[in-house]
Amino acid sequence: MKTEHLVKMVNQIELFFRSEPNRETAIAGIAGHLRRYWEPRMRREIVAHLAQGGSGLGELAREAVRRMSA
Amino acid sequence: MLSKFDIDYGTPERPATATVALEINDVAVSVPAGTSVLRAAQQAGHPIPKLCATECLEPFGSCRLCVVEIAGRKGYPASCTTPVEPGMKVRTQSPELAKLRRGVMELYISDHPLECLTCAANGNCQLQDMAGTVGLREVRYDAAGANHVRDSRKDESNPYFSYDPSKCIVCSRCVRACADVQGTFALTIDGRGFASRIVAGQNESFLASECVSCGACVQACPTATLIEKSISDAGQPDRSIITTCAYCGVGCSLRAELKGNQLVRMLPNQDGHANHGHACVKGRFAWGYATHADRITKPMIRSSITEPWREVSWDEAIAYAAREMRRIQRDYGRDAVGVTTSSRCTNEETYLVQKLARAAFGNNNTDTCARVCHAPTGYGLKVTLGESAGTQDFDSVDQTEVIVVLGANPTDAHPVFGSQLKRRLRQGARLIVIDPRSIDLVDAPHVRAAYHLQLRPGTNVAVLNALAHVIVTEGLANERFVAERCEADAYAKWKTFIARPENSPEAMADITKVPAPLVREAARLYATGGNAAIYYGLGVTEHSQGSTAVMAIANLAMLTGNIGRPGVGVNPMRGQNNVQGSCDMGSFPESFPGYRHVSDAATRQLFEAEWGVTLQHEPGLRLGNMLDAALDGSFKGLYVQGEDIVQSDPNTTHVTAALAALECLVVQDLFLSETAKYAHVFLPGSTFLEKDGTFTNAERRISPVRKVMPSPSGMEDWQITLAFAAALGYPMNYSHPSEIMAEIARTTPTFQRVTYDQIDAQGSIQWPCNDANPTGTPVMHVGSFVRGKGYFAITEYVPTDEKTSSSFPLLLTTGRILSQYNVGAQTRRTENVAWHGEDLLEIHPHDAENRGIRDHDWVGIASRAGDTVMRARITERVAPGVVYTTFHFPESGANVVTTDNSDWATNCPEYKVTAVQVTRVSQPSSWQRNHTRFSDEQQRLLRKREHAQRAAAATEVPERQRS
Repeated sequence: MKTEHLVKMVNQIELFFRSEPNRETAIAGIAGHLRRYWEPRMRREIVAHLAQGGSGLGELAREAVRRMSA
Repeated sequence: MLSKFDIDYGTPERPATATVALEINDVAVSVPAGTSVLRAAQQAGHPIPKLCATECLEPFGSCRLCVVEIAGRKGYPASCTTPVEPGMKVRTQSPELAKLRRGVMELYISDHPLECLTCAANGNCQLQDMAGTVGLREVRYDAAGANHVRDSRKDESNPYFSYDPSKCIVCSRCVRACADVQGTFALTIDGRGFASRIVAGQNESFLASECVSCGACVQACPTATLIEKSISDAGQPDRSIITTCAYCGVGCSLRAELKGNQLVRMLPNQDGHANHGHACVKGRFAWGYATHADRITKPMIRSSITEPWREVSWDEAIAYAAREMRRIQRDYGRDAVGVTTSSRCTNEETYLVQKLARAAFGNNNTDTCARVCHAPTGYGLKVTLGESAGTQDFDSVDQTEVIVVLGANPTDAHPVFGSQLKRRLRQGARLIVIDPRSIDLVDAPHVRAAYHLQLRPGTNVAVLNALAHVIVTEGLANERFVAERCEADAYAKWKTFIARPENSPEAMADITKVPAPLVREAARLYATGGNAAIYYGLGVTEHSQGSTAVMAIANLAMLTGNIGRPGVGVNPMRGQNNVQGSCDMGSFPESFPGYRHVSDAATRQLFEAEWGVTLQHEPGLRLGNMLDAALDGSFKGLYVQGEDIVQSDPNTTHVTAALAALECLVVQDLFLSETAKYAHVFLPGSTFLEKDGTFTNAERRISPVRKVMPSPSGMEDWQITLAFAAALGYPMNYSHPSEIMAEIARTTPTFQRVTYDQIDAQGSIQWPCNDANPTGTPVMHVGSFVRGKGYFAITEYVPTDEKTSSSFPLLLTTGRILSQYNVGAQTRRTENVAWHGEDLLEIHPHDAENRGIRDHDWVGIASRAGDTVMRARITERVAPGVVYTTFHFPESGANVVTTDNSDWATNCPEYKVTAVQVTRVSQPSSWQRNHTRFSDEQQRLLRKREHAQRAAAATEVPERQRS
């Protein structure tokens, strides 16, 4: 799948959760959304993208993907 | 006329807890208070003659045929307009009454043609019946009157019914039906006295007038004045079956009337719980597609889309599809195949297809077309309220004081509910419309919106937040309700967020283009005007913030306490008949039936035990993801049941490239759809008339779909899926769809008590239907929310990425029109094209003038995704800077222009916001020229199949002759 498309999608998810005042809750929200709704190959690809620098990922999205891969 | 299989009780039923006891012809009778004497007598088995009265309409009291004698009263009151009273003694027959009635009938007949034997209504004519009932034996007036002769004023303009004024008795039933039932007010009585006649519009033909062809007038007519052409052609029906409409999410109950296996008329069921005896131009009339010559009724296969189709047996087609899917899974992995269904399929069919994906394919790659319409509703309402469904029944609107219509166009897209809504507005309810267009409800006959917030496309969340901001900051919130029913921490956080100045109407006005005072006044009305209900449609969901907007709607309802009782609530207007059902049935890749996540071990174990397989615990691919993966090379096989994704999904070029990359595309459909042109296996599907099952409408109402004629392919859709599963090595054993429903009930708590017997007994059931609610649940979240406490989600407005620019200065938004349905596969193959034969681009006069565009010019519409050409319609229904079109015709290529932007939570496409430029052009776009070439080639390949069929038939005949 196109990585830039996945980056756009995860950044959109970040834009919803960023209004959550608690940063930890926001990151957990993004990661939880990816686990519940993204098919594993999509998650693998976004994790692989992060491993290569994760260009384009928003700050909270980056942290959520990092925690998901841990 | 009403169905001859129905009893017409003369006046509407009066629901009341109190009853009234009276005597009719010395028989003691007890009926609900408010019941007319006419109805009470009919119910008691003492029918009174009537002409201007029908149970579809409020009583009128004009024909004087239903006169009765009431002890202690002078004269002969009309029983239709006389309510029962305690102790009343009624006599329905006496020499005086008989004389009066014969006199009335004689006058009616004096002005009516006497050609009953050849009249289309013969066999179901109330005038004829009444003449017999009252014993009319003589007409003292000669038959030379002008109206005794078939005159030249017969109006045949409407494709579905004719109007013959010579047969009109001026009972006004049609006029009243148009006004009271439909709410269009297209009909009136022109002329005076003997010259009085019904006319449409400004004395125009029916087709040219504002008549919406709902057929209520035809149904109300007691003679052959207004009569269905199908009845004129075929004669009266000899049997009827109750079933459910296959069009929009209202889910009207219909009575299919047949002669043998020939459908001759479709009438709304008087006892239909969703429609109460009303229907629209689609449900009532547009069923001719079922027998259209374009139907493909034989299975076909081909190894490449450049090859001609080859007609094969069912066994060969199914075996080929199964072999190919298994080969793909061997070559590319278990997850390289998937399924998608349509909301035009029944519950049982969608249940089976997702089961096939999960149990036979062994993955969760299942989706449904709700992905591209109401997936955000499922997500947003689950998060905030705890259940992915609307909260009310349609009848709830009868107790609503303030109606908010947001991103929906009920009079076009949900016309029968639109009529119910208009009726409530005429009774005095206030209306707030939030829509970029001036939809009909903004200013209709006897209906006018109190406020029309004509927002810029893409700014729903900004407007919803501004409304909530006003309610919070002006102290209009129902704090007691919130404290009792909602999560306190979440509310506190949300309240802080929404009270920020940046959410105020004044701050948002630049973004939304809605004047702040208008927003403030609308917010005050919603919060303080009494029972308030929100009705929303795809104008909410089909945005990059679709799910956020749904949550913002739920927030508003909770904030004002407008949820959990009749008259209020959150009401998603589902686009297609079974959107709710297909979602309920576990069609989404992350959830089993009943919206239970695949990661939930207990639910998974339940289905593993039921289905005898091990199930995946990870979500599968959504349809859009499947298409992306197809282009990526990791997804190679797709089974599509009933959905035309090429026409309905956004960014057509992207979709077709993905389908062209598949190694096996199996399409189960009625026609060679745009999607089927890319298919390798075609499995001929069955229409809703040709199978059993159930649909679940926007109210969570499960209604019966009943087979009224055999499927021309010999297989019903559920049987095809069974055969496919068996060929994949996973046999499913059901002998009837009722057994599928039994399995659904066994495994899904909200369907626990649903059975076909119960549906038949009640007529329909609204889920949840379980031990706690054995007959169903009209209103949800009474007392507490399904999730326990209601959750206020923070709904920050995030502008869409789709921005206007100097290259693309206009915003395109898309929608639907009354006479056509979705991709038009059904309605384009009916006479409904008389009203809408092509998609048009609506453009404001200022924008048109700036571009030198005149009405009906060809215009090019270019976006960042693609470009297409259609004709322009210049109208002030759209605001300057906004253009609008529909997507009912494949050649118009509306979705060539829409982008692959989508909702952040569900990937529902952002159909409602596309930046475009519009220019005058003189020829079709390059996409259209390519589409024409491709479609012509696919039709040629289909015809080659037909040639082969004829050749085979030609060789068969001599063989038979030889024997």
